[in-house]
Amino acid sequence: MAGNAPEIWVFGDYRNYFQNRVTLQLLSRATDLAGRLGAVVCAAVFGHQTDEWVGEYIAHGARKVYLVENEALRDYSTDLYVAIMERLARQYRPEIILVGATSFGREFAPRVAKRLGTGLTADCVGLDISEEGLLVQTAPAFGGNLLTRIVTPEKRPQMATVRPGVFQEIPHNYQATGEIVRVPMPADLPGDRIRLVSSEHRPPTSQKLGDAAVVVCGGRGMGGKGKFRNLYELARLLGGEVGATRPVVYAGWADEDALVGQADKHIRPKVLLSFGISGAIQHTAGIIDAGFIIAVNKNPNAAMMKMADVAVVADANQVCLALIKELRKRLRG
Amino acid sequence: MVKMIVCIKQVPMATELPWDAHTGTLRRDLAEGMMNPACKHALEAALTMRHLHGGHVTAVTMGPPMAEEVLREAIAMGADRCLMLSDPALAGADTTVTSFALARAIEIFCPDFDLILTGCHTTDSETAQVGPQLAEELNIPGIAYVDEMEVRDRSIRVRRFSDNFLETLETDLPCLLTVNTLHHSPRYVPLSGLQDAFGEVNLLTVKASDLGIDPESVGIKGSPTKILNVFAPRAEKENIVLKGAPKKIVEEIFERFDTKISGIIKKDIKREGQG
Repeated sequence: MAGNAPEIWVFGDYRNYFQNRVTLQLLSRATDLAGRLGAVVCAAVFGHQTDEWVGEYIAHGARKVYLVENEALRDYSTDLYVAIMERLARQYRPEIILVGATSFGREFAPRVAKRLGTGLTADCVGLDISEEGLLVQTAPAFGGNLLTRIVTPEKRPQMATVRPGVFQEIPHNYQATGEIVRVPMPADLPGDRIRLVSSEHRPPTSQKLGDAAVVVCGGRGMGGKGKFRNLYELARLLGGEVGATRPVVYAGWADEDALVGQADKHIRPKVLLSFGISGAIQHTAGIIDAGFIIAVNKNPNAAMMKMADVAVVADANQVCLALIKELRKRLRG
Repeated sequence: MVKMIVCIKQVPMATELPWDAHTGTLRRDLAEGMMNPACKHALEAALTMRHLHGGHVTAVTMGPPMAEEVLREAIAMGADRCLMLSDPALAGADTTVTSFALARAIEIFCPDFDLILTGCHTTDSETAQVGPQLAEELNIPGIAYVDEMEVRDRSIRVRRFSDNFLETLETDLPCLLTVNTLHHSPRYVPLSGLQDAFGEVNLLTVKASDLGIDPESVGIKGSPTKILNVFAPRAEKENIVLKGAPKKIVEEIFERFDTKISGIIKKDIKREGQG
């Protein structure tokens, strides 16, 4: 609020708490940014019976929690959550609002930004403070081939969504204390226009691929379902996981769990071995956080080859087989 | 009968991207354009809906004059008519002002709609924001990342998979859905469609002044977000190219990178085994 220290808000996205660490990651980054702005890190939590999450957020760096508790907020609702966030932001005027780029966050944040008449940068992979004290938001474009640095110079709050896994959470400290600002549910809130008919929790499919240090990814250039199986042996030898492009999954060479891409799984391995993948943007958007990339493709001009640290111009399956043979030899020693 | 609007965007073709790896600049003017893939799925969903329930499909785009190509492609796929919003004053618009301009165009030139479909994201700027913000501008309910949809009288029931929840949601028309790319695989363009697309098409082109909006409030000037710079994160990569027999290549990879790979997989692959 005017006259007081500026505030950085993090939206408390507590659904799938144990898999979804993005709120904690954002509290950690917000703490770094707050140090440079002399700001207070706050969490905004809406829901029903949220004590556990409020405690967790304080333990992970929130110095203040704006809490709206109501049974009507038991299920995530875009309409209600947007309306509440808009009111809170107008009342308390945060300098910055950060939202995790979960499916919900990506739907919620654009509407909040629109209502507040401010800018929003999507899917940031970096957040910093400029010399002028502005939030510098780094966002990918063109499947991660380009990064764009964006600011919102005039409108407030400055808003960004951030991909899970970009920042590291701070280890919890249950001795930490924080102020809890209980805000009553606004009485004149418009009704929810969307009716939840059913909601079925599907336990997350294996996180292994998303978290793997080594990923072996295959595309149609592997040449067939039988040959594609060789990637599993290579991954086994490397202690890694297998990823696949959409055409491969459509062709039935790999399960849907293995899909890597823009709308699918984002991976961040330290080493990525890419076999027979041309590198359509929908795929490369899922691998922008990969470290060292070895790509194999017959076509030296494929986009994937241009992104690689090592581009191998050869038949993907032949190289896969040669790698398996060589690894077996070396690992036996 | 369902009156539909599908918002589509022209994006540079991925494999033809004329970007300079060393300076990080993109020559958009040289890039071959295509219809954004997710937009095609949205259009397919609309065409399927028309087949089931009747009605009509209006394809809408905002972009430079060359973006007319994707509207003609929409006609070729089966759209009934098109609305093109093109004005130099709109160039450089971020999602906030893009959704503002699209909403005004829809309100003026096709206000009588039941359903707006958009793709769930684009392959260029990848924000996934214009759909939800357009719903907000038009003050209609919106649901993102929809897999399946079914119209019943004046309401629509959708299924989507969102953050590990398989949800069935219902809302009243009019509403806006952003369509996921898992379903509604786009049809191939029939020959008759190509003839339609190259002939006289029902295409209306409008400018910012037709929308009664202040040019200062849109485009790069009106956008709350400003781009500081664009860079290519991969530019610093060495991009070593290896060619030849697979066995030789593999030997070379191990020779040069065995320490690096050993460290990551936490297994020693640095020396030859026995036998």
